[in-house]
Amino acid sequence: MNRNLIFGGALSALMVLAALMSFVWTPFEHTAMDIPSKLQAPNGVHWLGTDHFGRDIFSMIMVGARTSIAVAVVAVGIGFSLGVPLGLWAAARRGSWADEIIMRGNDLIFAFPSLVIAILITAIFGAGAINAIIAIGIFNIPVFARVTRGGALSLWAREFILAARVAGKGAAWISAEHILPNIANLLIVQATIQFSLGILAEAALSYVGLGAQPPTPSWGRMLADAQTLVSIAPHMALVPGFAIILTVLGLNLLGDGLRDVLDPRLRVARS
Amino acid sequence: MLRYALKRIISLLISLAIASLVIFTVIEVAPGDPASFMLGINAQEDTLAALRAELGLDQPKWQRYASWIGGMAHGDFGTSYQYRTPVSEMIKDRLWVSLPLALYALTLSTLIAFPAGIYAAARRGRAGDIGVMGATQLGIAIPNFWFAMMLVLVFAINLRWFSAGGFAGWDKGTFAALKSLTLPAIALALPQAAILARVMRSALLDVLGEDFMRTARAKGLTRAQALRRHGLRNAMIPVLTILGLQFSFLLAGGIIIEQVFYLPGLGRLIFQSISARDLIVVESITMLLVFAVIVVNFAVDLAYAAVDPRLRSRT
Repeated sequence: MNRNLIFGGALSALMVLAALMSFVWTPFEHTAMDIPSKLQAPNGVHWLGTDHFGRDIFSMIMVGARTSIAVAVVAVGIGFSLGVPLGLWAAARRGSWADEIIMRGNDLIFAFPSLVIAILITAIFGAGAINAIIAIGIFNIPVFARVTRGGALSLWAREFILAARVAGKGAAWISAEHILPNIANLLIVQATIQFSLGILAEAALSYVGLGAQPPTPSWGRMLADAQTLVSIAPHMALVPGFAIILTVLGLNLLGDGLRDVLDPRLRVARS
Repeated sequence: MLRYALKRIISLLISLAIASLVIFTVIEVAPGDPASFMLGINAQEDTLAALRAELGLDQPKWQRYASWIGGMAHGDFGTSYQYRTPVSEMIKDRLWVSLPLALYALTLSTLIAFPAGIYAAARRGRAGDIGVMGATQLGIAIPNFWFAMMLVLVFAINLRWFSAGGFAGWDKGTFAALKSLTLPAIALALPQAAILARVMRSALLDVLGEDFMRTARAKGLTRAQALRRHGLRNAMIPVLTILGLQFSFLLAGGIIIEQVFYLPGLGRLIFQSISARDLIVVESITMLLVFAVIVVNFAVDLAYAAVDPRLRSRT
């Protein structure tokens, strides 16, 4: 078995489990303030310590995983559901004006510094999870469109596609029935990578106060809270930081592992 | 080459035109009237109208777009609503922090990534390679603003080697100024170095499998000589692409890092202006950053086409 796949899959599963678990159980109420026990280092009662309001950090991390995962999932979903059809369309009509417009539009979005635009969108239309999702999602569209088009183009030259065309199937039908299943592995790997980038982007946006708003916990905002207290309560910065790093690391390893396992050509090359 | 350059210039201009329209539209539909924001909620209607006229907010939209673009073309970015000073001067001051920071970080990133990538490629599959690649996986996963906080904790608070934030200013001497940019530059550079090292390694590995490398070895060059004379140069194309992208990322990504270190750069200016509804400043900085990114990418594209004639026919 692939080591990356196991390790990455385990880390990612752990985060998803923590997020799901938080719906039914957290050690403490994540919003419950308890000023007398504020800024405690990790101990037997508060496993990962408490923050400046005495809130339990372990519980906040669990609920924060929900925010991170939700934002990243929807942002990837936006990119996937718009980018993949655009890419399929561009490949089916390669060389046409539609292809040209789609690909130039992609180049244009790529050229924008995504972080600056995300900050602009959230700052203008109001900070919050929804606008953060949209801002991150927009930049996922060209990524999926490009991967889809690239994968689909090489398939369109193959005999089995020719056979389908001879059988009288239209471009849309062929794209859905023959192209899409054959590029699914590419798309899954890309989705994993975009997912981890989405988690980093969400953390950055909520760190500067433009992501999910209080009382919704978010790893990025926990880091922002920790910033002025880092010298007296380093665990406030260490814990959310490790949560982000482990999640992103897990997803990246999972993506690498999936690529190795799903791509038959690599499998042949290895054996 | 000329034909290719012309085509690229036209698409560059179209990109800039669309980008400016998008930014202008976003700012236009933004809720909140700068005039009432500046004068407060108790302002008289005629005072508001006078201020709007002074700021040019009463003109038709297309006219304001035209004068914004026309002004920027010769360096006039308008006047800040909040400070009543020319935006170009505000930007110029801040650029002297953000630009050196990006260049400093790019230098560090290159200095770390090149040796690491070359080392990993040369020791492919062995412990050294696995170690370097593991480190880069970690480097990619670390959010740079978190890494920045850790640097502050260790090097500013515990060891007291650097100050925790702020900028010394270039008039205090180059050394003092660079010193106050060192921690931010390291924080920005590390994740970028991880990406760059991976690209460097895989580009080199691709080249190492080429016939001309075998020929170089066959004519009596050592591995290291062959790598230096023939391998590196051919591996540089993907590496240069990433370097170009990274420069623009570092310039824009500095926004967050400037927040961590309280550096008076473009990033802090953009956040201050957003909260003060000083939209003309936000608009101009965003456009400037987009402009920088698009132009850098254009220059990189053109540079390859000059180096590698095969690429010219592609677009």
